[in-house]
Amino acid sequence: MARLAVEEAVRRSEAYPHAVLSWVGADGFPVSVAAPSRGDGTELRIGPLPPGTRPEAGQDVCVIFSHIRPRPGVGYDQRRYVNLWGPAAPAGDLVAVRAERASGWDEAETPFVEYAERNVPAGLAYLEQRGRRPRLPAFWRFFLATRLPFLTATLAPVALGGAIAAHDGRFAWGWWLLALLCAVCAHLGINIANDLADAAGSDAVNVTPTPFSGGSRVLQYGLVSRGRLLALCLAMFGVSIAVGLLLAATRSWALLLLGAVGVVLGAGYSVPPLKLVHRGLGEPVVAAGFGPLMTVGTYLAVTRDWSYPAFYGSLPVGILIALVLYVNQVPDRQADAAAGKRTLIVRWSRERVIGVYVGAVVVAFALVALGPLLGRAPAWTLVALPAVALARPVVRGMRESYDAPYGLLTAMAANIALHFATGLLLTAGWLLAIPF
Amino acid sequence: MTAAAPRSPRCPGARGGLYARPVRTSAGVLPSEVEVLLDAALVAELTVVTAAGRPMTYPLIPLYDGRVIAMTSAVLFSRKLDHIRSNPRVSVALSDPVGIPAQPFARATVQGMARVGDEEDPHTAWERLLPLWRAKEPAIDKLVRQRFGLPLFFERVVIEITPIRVLYWPGGDTAAPPSVVELAGSR
Repeated sequence: MARLAVEEAVRRSEAYPHAVLSWVGADGFPVSVAAPSRGDGTELRIGPLPPGTRPEAGQDVCVIFSHIRPRPGVGYDQRRYVNLWGPAAPAGDLVAVRAERASGWDEAETPFVEYAERNVPAGLAYLEQRGRRPRLPAFWRFFLATRLPFLTATLAPVALGGAIAAHDGRFAWGWWLLALLCAVCAHLGINIANDLADAAGSDAVNVTPTPFSGGSRVLQYGLVSRGRLLALCLAMFGVSIAVGLLLAATRSWALLLLGAVGVVLGAGYSVPPLKLVHRGLGEPVVAAGFGPLMTVGTYLAVTRDWSYPAFYGSLPVGILIALVLYVNQVPDRQADAAAGKRTLIVRWSRERVIGVYVGAVVVAFALVALGPLLGRAPAWTLVALPAVALARPVVRGMRESYDAPYGLLTAMAANIALHFATGLLLTAGWLLAIPF
Repeated sequence: MTAAAPRSPRCPGARGGLYARPVRTSAGVLPSEVEVLLDAALVAELTVVTAAGRPMTYPLIPLYDGRVIAMTSAVLFSRKLDHIRSNPRVSVALSDPVGIPAQPFARATVQGMARVGDEEDPHTAWERLLPLWRAKEPAIDKLVRQRFGLPLFFERVVIEITPIRVLYWPGGDTAAPPSVVELAGSR
């Protein structure tokens, strides 16, 4: 519950049909009585109440005004309450309460998830005092720590690279799977490194995390120790580097160059001294890493050759994944700013953020449309064009809920779907164009 | 209403409105009129006494098994547990005609001794109350399945309140004196 100004709390109390007045009875048990209430300034007048169910003059009382809306088959919603405290005074058959302090919560103002998030330190302290820790099964801890669902960002470009190789008649499952393993482990390692880097910064002060933003929260919730998370991060990067070296040694040493760029971008994204995302360079880094680097790298690992169509085809995928990061930073912008993480969203106005989003989507789908005309992609890749419709709920969501983190959930989900659907449809386009 | 009010075996919720379903099958320790309210209540006001001797009230969902009124508190909101530990005397008010869809409506305050289940595992101990909780808030099952999204909310401590005295206002009319029922053998 949050502190409220007494006048504000009394004003809010007017919206409730009754109060519950509580005081401590002579036998030490609290007595609680519901009754109508009227407010005036800092005073409440509660009653009528008969003798015997009124507090003594001067006795400290607590008055709560509480509301929920029942929802059959679900439970309830619209939770809100106001608490006031102060001394009681008899006033005929009424009880006057001169409120001295107040608090309350209204889930329409502070969503429950945020309300809970603000109390995480208290929850951890309670458990720690009793020698306990929050628990989750190992799978869920891994799922959260690695942000596993975000692997769509890797699957799309790697699938596209494989499809272009297949189109060229040079696909090989084994090499493609190794490339996928290398990319997946790099991606999960980057996610964890990002958590480790932000743990004491923007993630620590973020009280409005969503499933798409605000980090994995495994450190903030005490689900995994920092040491274990670091070990998992190093293990992921270790596997990625080992597989990358194997591919470089057996397929093309040029992969070493791509791998080195990937490591620099991946680590430099959030880890000092580069901290590229703090400098507003997160989007181009992500576009490069999860666009050309992965698609061209996959093609190279599978075929041992470079491919300009692979590079061209990866550009819209790279732009769209950068836009996933871009939109997901909208709800984080206050925490990011507080932690000195000067993302583009922190730097720009709402109008500019939305305008740049629309412009980037136009560029991405113009590249898709122009691919066949420029001879860089088969006509079948035009099947990806209808996916642009998924950008509409994103723009609408940003326009309507820019300042409401949880109101942006649908927009963020649609934006991820926009990237993944476009990537898969481009992949399908290349596969459909394979001459039989 | 008196302490000797008839307490025939009942199917709780049969008169309890839209929410309560028959999950409690034994006769309870409380007067049947109050049990109807408890079975239907989606919210009750728990008042505890702080170390400074002042009252502090929290809205919570009451779960009644016929023996005790149980409430659960996420460790996120654990201050009330500290108050109860220092002073176990509490009251539970059943006051809201919207949050208590019972017919006929009445109001009651149950005073009792509360016990905090500190020694129990907060990860799992509260799950024994799920049948009662589910009857009032069916969406809880979905939330429990997604507990990985808000894990600390599902680290919960059980508060069990043994009723000692009941104040009861027929029709919810608190302008009239309440019936007072001292529960035999509860001290």
